[in-house]
Amino acid sequence: MNALLASATVSTAEQVTFWVLAPLMVLAALMILISRKAVHSALWMATTMVILAVFFAMQGGVFLGVVQVVVYTGAVMMLFLFVLMLVGVDASDSFVETLRGQRWIAAVLGLGFAGLLLSGISRATFPPPAGVGVEDAASGGQVRALAEIIFTHYLFTFEVISAVLIVAAVGAMALTHRTQLTPRLSQTSLSRQRVSSGRVTPLPSPGVYARHNAVDTPALLPDGSPAEDSVPEHLRRRGLVRPTGPVELPHGDGEGNRS
Amino acid sequence: MTPTYYLYLAGIIFTIGASGVLLRRNSIVVFMCVELMLNASNLAFVTFARINGNLEGQVVAFFVMVVAAAEVVVGLAIIVTIFRSRRSASVDDPNLLKL
Amino acid sequence: MLTHIADEIGTQSLETVQDATGVFALTWLLVVLPLVGAGVLLLGGRRTDRWGAWFAVAMVWCAFAIGAVQFFAMLGRPAESRAYGQDLYTWAAAGIFDVNVGFLVDQLSMVFILLITFVGGLIHIYSLGYMSHDPDRRRFFAYLNLFVASMLLLVTASNYVMVYVGWEGVGLASYLLIGFWNQRADYATAGNKAFIMNRVGDLGMSIAIMVLFATFGTTAFSGVFAAAPDASSGTLLALGLLLLLAAVGKSAQVPLQAWLLDAMAGPTPVSALIHAATMVTAGVYLIVRSGPIFNLSEGARLAVAIVGVLTLLLGAFIGTAKDDIKKALAGSTMSQIGYMVLAAGLGPAGYAFAIFHLLMHGFFKANLFLGAGSVMHAMDDELDMRRYGGLRAVMPITFVTFMAGYLAIIGIPPFDGFFSKDKIIEAALADNIWLGLLAAVGAGITGYYMTRVVLMTWLGERRWAESAHPHESPKVMTIPLIVLGLLSAFAGLFLAIGNRFVDWLAPVVGEPVEHSFAVPTWVISAGILALVGVGVGWAYLQYATRPVPVTAPVGSPVAVAARRDFYEDALNEGLFMRPGRWLTRFLVFFDNKVVDGIVNGLAATIGGSSGRLRHWQTGFVRSYAASMFAGAVLVVGALVLVRL
Repeated sequence: MNALLASATVSTAEQVTFWVLAPLMVLAALMILISRKAVHSALWMATTMVILAVFFAMQGGVFLGVVQVVVYTGAVMMLFLFVLMLVGVDASDSFVETLRGQRWIAAVLGLGFAGLLLSGISRATFPPPAGVGVEDAASGGQVRALAEIIFTHYLFTFEVISAVLIVAAVGAMALTHRTQLTPRLSQTSLSRQRVSSGRVTPLPSPGVYARHNAVDTPALLPDGSPAEDSVPEHLRRRGLVRPTGPVELPHGDGEGNRS
Repeated sequence: MTPTYYLYLAGIIFTIGASGVLLRRNSIVVFMCVELMLNASNLAFVTFARINGNLEGQVVAFFVMVVAAAEVVVGLAIIVTIFRSRRSASVDDPNLLKL
Repeated sequence: MLTHIADEIGTQSLETVQDATGVFALTWLLVVLPLVGAGVLLLGGRRTDRWGAWFAVAMVWCAFAIGAVQFFAMLGRPAESRAYGQDLYTWAAAGIFDVNVGFLVDQLSMVFILLITFVGGLIHIYSLGYMSHDPDRRRFFAYLNLFVASMLLLVTASNYVMVYVGWEGVGLASYLLIGFWNQRADYATAGNKAFIMNRVGDLGMSIAIMVLFATFGTTAFSGVFAAAPDASSGTLLALGLLLLLAAVGKSAQVPLQAWLLDAMAGPTPVSALIHAATMVTAGVYLIVRSGPIFNLSEGARLAVAIVGVLTLLLGAFIGTAKDDIKKALAGSTMSQIGYMVLAAGLGPAGYAFAIFHLLMHGFFKANLFLGAGSVMHAMDDELDMRRYGGLRAVMPITFVTFMAGYLAIIGIPPFDGFFSKDKIIEAALADNIWLGLLAAVGAGITGYYMTRVVLMTWLGERRWAESAHPHESPKVMTIPLIVLGLLSAFAGLFLAIGNRFVDWLAPVVGEPVEHSFAVPTWVISAGILALVGVGVGWAYLQYATRPVPVTAPVGSPVAVAARRDFYEDALNEGLFMRPGRWLTRFLVFFDNKVVDGIVNGLAATIGGSSGRLRHWQTGFVRSYAASMFAGAVLVVGALVLVRL
């Protein structure tokens, strides 16, 4: 464990982990790009984040790995999913490209950039990895070591970043605040509205029969026809209303035999 | 294998994220690709921390994470606001600044 | 061909110029008096209308009085000390560049002073009658005075720059007077033509002054003539040719002669004074005054002689074909000045005779022109000689004076022209047999065309229009005619006795050379007279024995060409005007298409390219993201490349 945490040299375990998870990560990143539904992209993103957390931990940044899971996968991705649900969770994008030549440009630039980066990195020479184990041990644990650095060398940065966070939170609230443009309806006016609309009573509840216990079953009116109002509107919209014919009552032949 | 491979991986992930920004039309997916780029840089920072043997790389990665979180908050609030008025989440729709 | 003259020039003694004292100190008044006359009349405006003309006449005669007194004073002095110089003030002094306003009165300028003021005064008196009905009379007399002042300045100047001032002044006065009746567009155009062609000649004068400054550092006559022998022959030749160009412009010689016939658009006194007696002779004065320069350059002298001979023949031919009496006399003027220029081109052998002929010509040509003016005045401004005829009976005094001028011009002894023209032809023969023969032929043609004028105008049948009632002119016009007629008859004889005139001028222009011919001189004179007689007889046969047709007959090709002045206008237009116009048009085209094209094209290019570029702003975020990414790729690429 210590050897793993020290991470000075690349152990076999690390190698195996890397070569298994790295292609997975690349695949997940590509799937973010090519998923049709946005929700799928979000899920693949979460995958990438988790694999990234594993890599952080393998390199000796255990604290950072945990923080990655908590903040990114936990908070940020949840935020994304919430907004996706607001926007429309089923929404699927069309893959017809509207801008002329954008695909080509993206391909050229992407490949070119990747080539440049990789070639640049490959020409660099690095010293043999030192690992963070020594520093951790010097301060008595990684958390303490990180804290020492943050609260001494990078104190000002820390304060600025906390200010950024606070501003971001307040800003989000300000942005999404809806101004009440119409006067807030009081109870009196609400009841007046209801009376003048024509339907004073609440909507009928769905009909539940012995065969089926569901909200998609409409109630029956006295003459046997289904009452449209009894099924929730979104089910009506989607055409998920269970059809009801005339109720088949079990009837005998007059001799006490059931059919 | 040397830690340099982590750097290659970070480069690849960064490029994928950049291409995603260019190619996807849904604004939330675009935002996700931006987050992907930030994460790739985080990976590079942590790798350098390991190579050089000091924790400053991790500290920077930490700060990047915080800033990215704040950015997500504000960005998504903007997307929600735009969606409320325009009823569309496509980045191609606001194109009135053309000549 | 002219080399033997160079051997005989020897040392020409330049007269010593004394300071002007006594009456000679009044030299500046000669110029100022007529100038004051012009100034008062022009600035005074309509207030001076009543007495303006008389004031102008008085100014000129006062100038004559001063000149006459100076002449008699000069006569009392010995021959070598008759030159007086007066420096009024320094006009411009800048380093070595030094121009004085100075006057020089010597024998040569005295001749001109007397000629200009006397003949000018007579013509002023004549104009009192001729222009009596003209509402612009005052302006006319102002311009006449301006002319007299400028001409006097020209002949009394002591340096070339002052000569140039006078030169320009007479050009201006000529322009103003030719276009005097500027209500008629063709008269105004004639004024323009005269001025513009004069300017071409003036170019020669101004460049000559520049060369003088560059070579000698001064333009004063004394300085230039003293230093002339030291200049290079190329410079002297250039100077001579440039001064010849100036003279050609002013004196209407070939090739700048086209303006003289059009200049007859001015009132007749103007034609008499300016374009016969005085202004057109300014060129001859310039050449004679610049004698020391011409003496040193054979090439220049040869050019002068050739120009003279060409012009005398051209003018004579033109004069034979014109039906307009003033144009016929103008052709005659051109021809006679050709004689003077020819004489001036013969060097010291001919200078004195050139001036002699100039003086004589001044008398008889002014006489002839004023006579023509009287005829026009009588015939209601009719110019066509084919509508004259038989005027002898109606205008006897004018007839007699005209005949005196006629006999003078064709060179019948003892009238004026005989003494001067014969001597010129003799000098030409001594120099080059061809020059002499051509000059003699010219004399014959002179006889022809002058006889033609006399026959068509004064003799023969009356071919008048119905409305014409010719009568003799009033006394104010006939008295000057009588005076000039007497001068035409007797002045030459008087001045030729004992070679008075030539000796008078000798200290300035040099001793004339004695010629020796194979035959005695009286034979040559007889030969010339014979040629004249042939001309007279031919004209008599053509115009006296047959009735003169009222409309001009078609005539031979030579006659047609002569009527058109040998196509001089067409030549000028073809050689100069059209190319000039093409050049201007080309430059305008160039300016519009090329220069403007470049400027506008630049603007259009920028506009067009920005029109293309603006499509880059699509409004799509993803295109902008692509541009940003491309920029990032470039930066990373540059970094990677640098590290390579």
